[in-house]
Amino acid sequence: MTFINYASREINCKIVYYGPGLCGKTTNIQWIYEQANPEKRGTLVSLATETDRTLFFDFLPLDMGMVKGFKVRFHLYTVPGQVFYDASRKLILRGCDGIIFVADSQKARMEANIESIANLATNLKENGFDIRSIPYVLQLNKRDMPSAAAVPEIERLLRFRNEPMIEAVANKGIGVIDTLKASARQILMELQRN
Amino acid sequence: MAKLDLIMFEEEYKLLNEIIGRLEKDASAKVVFLVDKNGQQIAAAGDVKSIDATSLASLTAGNVAATDGLAKLIGEKEFSLLFHEGEKDNLHISIVGKRGILVVIFDQNSSLALVRLRVKKASKELQEIFEQVELRAQKESDGGSRFESPFSEITDEDIDRLFGD
Repeated sequence: MTFINYASREINCKIVYYGPGLCGKTTNIQWIYEQANPEKRGTLVSLATETDRTLFFDFLPLDMGMVKGFKVRFHLYTVPGQVFYDASRKLILRGCDGIIFVADSQKARMEANIESIANLATNLKENGFDIRSIPYVLQLNKRDMPSAAAVPEIERLLRFRNEPMIEAVANKGIGVIDTLKASARQILMELQRN
Repeated sequence: MAKLDLIMFEEEYKLLNEIIGRLEKDASAKVVFLVDKNGQQIAAAGDVKSIDATSLASLTAGNVAATDGLAKLIGEKEFSLLFHEGEKDNLHISIVGKRGILVVIFDQNSSLALVRLRVKKASKELQEIFEQVELRAQKESDGGSRFESPFSEITDEDIDRLFGD
């Protein structure tokens, strides 16, 4: 749900990074935080456990600049990936404008990826969204791992609606901005259509 | 109704700001924020610069969402009020209508009773405005917009420019 304020001429959009545990959702937004111009970024809020596993969410507000005289601001959220935090994941999807699904490229994590997409579909539905129509980007993370599955193989298993698919190594920043950009493009084009 | 955007125009925004500005004074509060349930800040009054308002909005919404989840677990519709007591400052969080959250930060210059009393009155007024906003959004989504959206002409170049390309 985009918040458009005509009085202060601002558009606020919410993007949620979703995916199985340890796939690199937090790494994505940490990298964006480190690279962003300090004047354009807000505080990175991380509600994590003592072992740095996301407990509730990470949150990063980003000022992107102007479009058609409006200041565009993205609110980036991650969900906790671990299976038992499902109630929290559902809450974070509330009012989202776009999803970035971060898939773990390692062969051993393929089943976890598939399960997480199914879980996303269910949780989106409970929030009144349809996974087949909401702005959605697939990121194939950890492409540098020796045990990474081939891209066509992952595509066959995880890509279901011809969504933008971006290869990434989030801890080195590869593909991180491209992914965010693909999501921003979809969300703003959606605004255009509406 | 998940995809109904929250669109705020000048006149509604001005009214919301007036109400929370008044609440801030009447309740002798330090800061008052009006936040959307999805974590976006709508309006603020008082010593706003002393606080990271964006993080506050996001965490408040997370807090309310988690408390909502708890309420449902024990069979309640919602907990309409949350109160956090600190050593110096206190946080009074209440739900306004279907999508608003009112956050009042106050210290020893005020009291919980006074804040509750003033919040109750302000909430009613805020709720009316939210209802108007919602009604208008609903009308526009049902029967075509009365205004031309500036976003109908967003181009690829506009988006590239956001990323400095």
